[in-house]
Amino acid sequence: MKKMKLVMVGNGMAGVRTLEEIIKISPDLYDITVFGAEPHANYNRILLSPVLAGEMTLKDIMLNDVDWYEANGIRLHLDKQIARIDRIARKVVAADGTEESYDRLLLATGSNPFVLPIPGKDLPGVITYRDIKDTNAMIDAAGKYRHAVVIGGGLLGLEAANGLKLRGMDVTVVHLAEWLMERQLDKTAADMLKKSLENKGLRFLLQKQTTAILANESGRVGSVSFSDGAQIPADLVVMAVGIKPNDDLARAAGIHCTRGVVVSDTMQTYDPRIYAVGECVNHRGVAYGLVAPLFEMGKVAANHLAHLGIGRYEGSVTSTKLKVTGVDLFSAGNFQGAADTEEIVLHDAIGGVYKKIVLKDDRIVGSVMVGDTGDGAWYFQMLREKQNVAEIRDHLMFGQSHLGNTGHQGQSNAAQMADTMEVCGCNGVCKGVIVKAIKEKGLFTLDDVRKHTKASSSCGSCTGLVEQILASTVGGAYAPQLNKNKPMCGCTDHTHEEARKVIREQHLLSIPAVMHFMEWRTPNGCASCRPAINYYLLSTWPHEALDDPQSRFINERAHANIQKDGTFSVVPRMFGGVTTAADLRRIADVVDKYQIPTVKVTGGQRIDLLGVKKADLPKVWADLAMPSGHAYAKALRTVKTCVGSEWCRFGVQDSTQMGIDLERAFAKMYAPHKVKLAVSGCPRNCAESGIKDVGVIGVDSGWEIYVAGNGGIKTEVAQFLCKVKTADEVLEYAGAFLQVYREEARYLDRTVHWVARVGLEYVKQRVLEDTAGRKALYARLLYALQDEKDPWQARAQGVAKHEFEALTV
Amino acid sequence: MNAPETMIMNEWVKVGAIDDIPPLGARVVKSAHGDIAVFRNADDEVFALLDKCPHKGGPLSQGIVFGRHVACPLHNWSIGLADGEAVAPDVGCVRQFAVKVEGAQVFVKIN
Repeated sequence: MKKMKLVMVGNGMAGVRTLEEIIKISPDLYDITVFGAEPHANYNRILLSPVLAGEMTLKDIMLNDVDWYEANGIRLHLDKQIARIDRIARKVVAADGTEESYDRLLLATGSNPFVLPIPGKDLPGVITYRDIKDTNAMIDAAGKYRHAVVIGGGLLGLEAANGLKLRGMDVTVVHLAEWLMERQLDKTAADMLKKSLENKGLRFLLQKQTTAILANESGRVGSVSFSDGAQIPADLVVMAVGIKPNDDLARAAGIHCTRGVVVSDTMQTYDPRIYAVGECVNHRGVAYGLVAPLFEMGKVAANHLAHLGIGRYEGSVTSTKLKVTGVDLFSAGNFQGAADTEEIVLHDAIGGVYKKIVLKDDRIVGSVMVGDTGDGAWYFQMLREKQNVAEIRDHLMFGQSHLGNTGHQGQSNAAQMADTMEVCGCNGVCKGVIVKAIKEKGLFTLDDVRKHTKASSSCGSCTGLVEQILASTVGGAYAPQLNKNKPMCGCTDHTHEEARKVIREQHLLSIPAVMHFMEWRTPNGCASCRPAINYYLLSTWPHEALDDPQSRFINERAHANIQKDGTFSVVPRMFGGVTTAADLRRIADVVDKYQIPTVKVTGGQRIDLLGVKKADLPKVWADLAMPSGHAYAKALRTVKTCVGSEWCRFGVQDSTQMGIDLERAFAKMYAPHKVKLAVSGCPRNCAESGIKDVGVIGVDSGWEIYVAGNGGIKTEVAQFLCKVKTADEVLEYAGAFLQVYREEARYLDRTVHWVARVGLEYVKQRVLEDTAGRKALYARLLYALQDEKDPWQARAQGVAKHEFEALTV
Repeated sequence: MNAPETMIMNEWVKVGAIDDIPPLGARVVKSAHGDIAVFRNADDEVFALLDKCPHKGGPLSQGIVFGRHVACPLHNWSIGLADGEAVAPDVGCVRQFAVKVEGAQVFVKIN
């Protein structure tokens, strides 16, 4: 079949990203031709400032070189301006007469700098700041002249001013508004920024209106004059007063435009054969200038151009997280506040830190920060998800990471870290390696960085740091991806929540059925989505959906923990941490008989037998005659207890028996991630209930239940859920809590992540306020666990024999 | 059939029936070269690789099989079943063995 022809006008970041997406999902659908007005292939426009400042070269900022186009069979016309679109003949015509016909046309013409309509705007030495040509003109001028005037105190203007200053020019920034970057900063923040830039030698003229640019005797720009009559010398004038979508081509072709090419949620223009993405677009009345929304548009456009037709772009809430000349800034939403908003402010002028959070009805509606912007992503996520922050209001200002994060020397501010410092303690990745990969490989997202460097790809505790590094390295380009709309994996565009919903509503019972219904792109998923779907099926339809062992990680398939040398570890269940001489004797005999090299007491009051050969597992289990401890599974692990009132002189409740009862009731309970419980017999809390998924503390008058604690990667103190009187109530409330988690959390969410997302209020409403709902949840949990066989004893009797035996030749 | 081909034919070793290997799964064959992982995917294609991930030697036979790839159980590298190559940006290659299915029987060329 003859391929369809796709022509793209414009060769910038948004357009080329769209092509990359198309090539990824439908490599053979189109013959692609690209017209670029610049003589360069695709480069990272955001990094023009470092080029101007002399920190990077053009080569460093290339994203796709000419070889990339060739390798993907794309015909590339550089330095060719398209003069018109002939929609009837379906072709584009370049200024030099080159014609190209299309089946689909993609407009990615970007934006043009706004030029003030004042006398002298066309003089030699007056330029805008948009592309490589402008950058080179500035570098060139800096080598010859002294006085530079930058008109516009926005991001671009300040970056230009900084670059010119570093190249030795005397720079004055002229700005019409009362303070710098008034769209992103409030006055306090802007004053701090101004002060730090003045310390670097920049000069500012605020509330100044430029009225004319005057020539010197040689006909080049010589000075700038203002409405108040003042005049200053200028050998170079850079206009950086704003950009406007470049919709000229589309407008001339009769396509509907209003401040940009108007597109639908599928990025289609009013001509259904023509799509548009990037800064030239007007989507629901908004034109975007940040990279993250442009990339989101590209993804949607690619999906539709590839005939998949499932994506929708619904607009982006943007935040600005930037580094202006070494000063970290963050702003999002309504940072100015209004009559009906409240503010939390921290201002340390000497230390250079300013943080303001604007709240309305207990929700974050805006934020602006200078100096310490590490928590910007966190605030922004809560802003976008409209999360109620009433409960965390008292420590909101101190950020997400004020509790101990392990693995990177307690650092929470990437900017203060040296290149040689380790960011990711799991994979041994230093800051310098991450920065290098971002620059050299043109990475823009957390996932990209994870793939290329492995940083933050294991335990994830350094995710915040990696995001900060990404933000400061790619500049204004970076917007943290919202978890909410994040696809499950590369196999699909659907989210975890969508998969759960479909499984429930369509009563789907197998992985192939889910993948077929939701139009998975891959024939049988991947190692990331298959275990998740398998869990969703089993947790939604217990006793109905069939477990697929091949979609479980090896530990859950072999019912033991794989170790680095390929052997396994075996942890028998000891209910409540209580054992007997007979059990210990059998364990000792098994260790001798199978020559098990290491026997270790675990942190969860059990015994770990390490170094068992896979083929020996069924025999070991048969000889142990103890139930599986599920130490290998996303399931109930251990219930840690103290000795409690039976022996302890301080104990007020029988915590040991309570722990045994909980463990007996919930053993064999699979969950989105591992689940750990603890029961202490008095508030001295020797069982460490404060850092468990469910922690129970005995008090004289009953039991306190705490939830969503975590003692691992990031220490999280469990939150108080409720106090109950009886052991039966402990079972019911804890069970109901765990069942909501089982039914609603994403696979691999610990309880702490899930509760952080839905809020403790929601959990209280489901478990405490809705009595009938609680009882129903508890009943559903007991139903799911009913008749669940012990996996070890089943395998000791020959179930899944093939899993443990080699083929014999 | 000429002589050299007969010689090669003699190196094929029968390792079992295709149904001994679960779809989207693997079995291990012990050999003088070390353990060999014999995989079966959803389309009943059969592949054989040395059971050692090029990263840190993880037993690939224990990984999750998808499409024509297996994810190593130790650190989740994806290895191509048909070529033994690690999926970019990871770099590495694991030794492959020729396999064929005749009737319902699986043969691996171990030499």
